[in-house]
Amino acid sequence: MSSYTPAELCVIMGSRALKDGQIVFAGAGLPLLSAIHAQKMHAPGLAILFEVGGVAPRIGSLPRSTNEARSVRRSMATPATVDMMLYLQRGFVDVGFLGGAQIDRHGNINSSVVGPLEKPKVRLPGSGGANDIASSANRVFIISYHEKRRFVEKVDFVTSPGFLDGGQAREETGLLGGGVERVITNLGILKFDSQTRSMTLVAVHPGVTQQEVHEKTGFELPVSDALEETTPPSEEELTALRGLDPERKYLKEGDF
Amino acid sequence: MSYRDSRQAIVEKNKGLRDKQTTLEEAVTMVQDGDHVAVGGLQYTRTPVGALWEIIRQKRQNLTIYKPLMSFEGDWLFVSGVMGKAVTSWFSGGVTWGVSKIMRTFAENDPSTFDELSLLGLSLRLKAGAMGIPCIPTKSMLGSDLEKTAGLKRFTCPYSGEELLLVPAVNPDVAIIHSQVADKYGNGQIFGPPCLDIESAKAANKVILTTEQIVDNEHIRDTPNSTNIPFFCVDAVVELPFGCYPHECYGRYEPAYEKLGEYGQGLLEATDKIGFVKEYLEKYFYQPENFEEYLSLFGVKSLLETTRLGRIWKP
Repeated sequence: MSSYTPAELCVIMGSRALKDGQIVFAGAGLPLLSAIHAQKMHAPGLAILFEVGGVAPRIGSLPRSTNEARSVRRSMATPATVDMMLYLQRGFVDVGFLGGAQIDRHGNINSSVVGPLEKPKVRLPGSGGANDIASSANRVFIISYHEKRRFVEKVDFVTSPGFLDGGQAREETGLLGGGVERVITNLGILKFDSQTRSMTLVAVHPGVTQQEVHEKTGFELPVSDALEETTPPSEEELTALRGLDPERKYLKEGDF
Repeated sequence: MSYRDSRQAIVEKNKGLRDKQTTLEEAVTMVQDGDHVAVGGLQYTRTPVGALWEIIRQKRQNLTIYKPLMSFEGDWLFVSGVMGKAVTSWFSGGVTWGVSKIMRTFAENDPSTFDELSLLGLSLRLKAGAMGIPCIPTKSMLGSDLEKTAGLKRFTCPYSGEELLLVPAVNPDVAIIHSQVADKYGNGQIFGPPCLDIESAKAANKVILTTEQIVDNEHIRDTPNSTNIPFFCVDAVVELPFGCYPHECYGRYEPAYEKLGEYGQGLLEATDKIGFVKEYLEKYFYQPENFEEYLSLFGVKSLLETTRLGRIWKP
């Protein structure tokens, strides 16, 4: 078995979950790498959208943000930001990728504030387009480094709605998008129970124990009866991926 | 300004076809203390840095700034005292330089200095303003805490029964926009992503348009479907090459990452963050005689390099 970094593992798991022909909102960093990797490996008809206004760009040098000419290079269209975000509301976006400072049991994400907003412990950058992706993308993939301080029982602030309080809460509030389909971490894959809408461990990566996942999760995490082990990244997958980030800006060792 | 007053401002203003070219100093006098100002571009792209530079030099106070995503310019606006409140979806140094410590200092001391909306939420506020309606419905932000903190009202669609949020329109006093090309009348042509600039140009009561290049009106007439801001929206036109530097102007130049990094890394390492920004403002904003002198502080090498990397499209 070849060695790989936690970031490489997550990008490849993200790539595998994408399907040919999908329209994907992918921000700079690991999500973008997943989307480009999928295009190279198995999904040539997958198209990437960027909130700044890029439709199906041909990415050359990796952009440092989602919002610059590099991320709209050779785009087929450059619509206004309001239109890019309205494609989500209209249902055009099959998959949106998200991450965040805190993720809770029901897949709600906080990227706004640690502590109460009136008296913040840490003010974070905020939603950007994340709330809109969470609200209206047909499905959401979360990519996150797995640690206790990120996987919390309840987020301090719901920037981006997952299944809110669980059960039918998301549907009842009137949201359109399908919500979080999967959470990809460096330890495994988590999905949501169809009734309770609580995060459930469905797969661990090779060499990861259930015990380790529990230790690094800040809430009691149910485990699927059909718990699987993921197939490790292949040489071919890793070679393709490393070619996308030769300077290892995003794929370096350690957390992300 | 109320919804009706804002419409009246458009009714009454001189919208005629006339030469609107002026200097940067003169154009910026349109912005008054306490104004609500929409700033064009998005994160590092087509930010009208030159116009912001002049606003900071003229020491406007207590502006409410609307910008879809805010980067280092937000630091400069806060520390200079120009910005009393940021209305944005995201405020950060960026991927490489992490969360803005300046934003944190201001927003943690006084949370009312940072009003957060989702990117679509803010886009729709300007869209509604541009449409001449007082509010607009959306499905975004339903059920989130942004719904509460932004004080958004629920609304049930009388036709479909669907639950929606109503986002209030915003009609800024002034919009500041940078285009690649414009003529002297203010016909602006933005290439690449227009971000929220077209909405802002229609929503605002007044528009200051800085541009890389003034072209003849015949060029505009040869390429009318590239004109995304018609002259009657615009009140002042300023030719300002490299008017987004160190941010980028699509097709013309890339962001000057090295120079942004000097600021970003410098701020990360500084022990006195506010002091660091004040020194930066002194050196790059207050000291230079004019915008050319500001650019020359970064050097010809950087201007040439960002241009070489950024030339995707040629006029």
